[in-house]
Amino acid sequence: MQVTERASENDVLRASRRRLLMDTVGIAVSGGGFGLVYGIAAHEAGLSVLEVAAMSTLVLSGGAQFAALGYIAAGAPWAAIVLLTAFINSRHLLYGAALGPYLSDRSAALRAAMAHGLTDESFAISLSHFRRIGRADVAGYGMAALFGEVPWITFSIVGATLAANILDPARFGLDVIFPAAMAGLAVGLITGKRELAAAISGAIVGVVVGLGWDPAAGIVAGGLVGPFVGLLIPASEPSV
Amino acid sequence: MSTNLVWLALLMAAVTYPARANPLLLPQMRNLPPILLTYLRLVGPAVLASLAAVSLAVKTGPSGRPELSIGPEWIAVALCVAIVAWRRNLLVGLIVAAGLMALLRATGIAVV
Repeated sequence: MQVTERASENDVLRASRRRLLMDTVGIAVSGGGFGLVYGIAAHEAGLSVLEVAAMSTLVLSGGAQFAALGYIAAGAPWAAIVLLTAFINSRHLLYGAALGPYLSDRSAALRAAMAHGLTDESFAISLSHFRRIGRADVAGYGMAALFGEVPWITFSIVGATLAANILDPARFGLDVIFPAAMAGLAVGLITGKRELAAAISGAIVGVVVGLGWDPAAGIVAGGLVGPFVGLLIPASEPSV
Repeated sequence: MSTNLVWLALLMAAVTYPARANPLLLPQMRNLPPILLTYLRLVGPAVLASLAAVSLAVKTGPSGRPELSIGPEWIAVALCVAIVAWRRNLLVGLIVAAGLMALLRATGIAVV
């Protein structure tokens, strides 16, 4: 009986890992393409190939890395960039809170190592995988992190290297990539009325403060005030 | 080759890692007040939308003061937003936005 149950568990694990791998293929292609675009935009903002590699390997957060480019290009102080990064990446608290219960019986050293690979993509894929099998699977998490992040790092370096050979990026419309990427990433995070209200009010406050005072201050003001406006909106009813 | 911003990358990583690691390492971090969790969830869309709007609409004028900027870039960004909302595919949205701007500039409809 126990042998049969174990065989069944292994079948479930193998099937779930196959699905995880299928999911990561799409993430890897998208991450590679997006990494290429990031590398080109980073070169536009004045980053060297080594600096791009350091950003993608150490920070490992597309949204925060793109956001930092705007500040770097504007010559903003590092303290403002670090503050902005902390704000944008505070969403990882939610990811860790969701995955944490599955990993509570693993060693602290392993969890500390796994934390660096916790990104939007690895979280979404791993949580679905853990839920399918009803427990943690460190190897599955590793696959999700590896396939999601290696293309991002590799192609951001390739993008920065290629961009150095493009003489007039604006001619190819590459200067519009930064605002388009920020707007697109924001849309990807909108899952209800509260997020929509936070995004719209954040944009309006950002522009008003940016025009009246300073663009960098506008970005921070929009990011701080927008969520308060979102909190004023009643939470969406769960769909039946 | 410039390496100055490697230090900035280290600082950015230093403020990112605790948000990733604390809830995995400290069980009490998984029980933050619901209103704080909701606020944190809303920071992402708010700050990214603010970045997009400011970088698109606010430019430094000849006097050095911030000025409102309206141009064909708005159409390109709106197109990207529409594609992401429709297909949930940011990469395609970015390619279309950059392609549109390249076309408008090649035909002289838009200038750099």
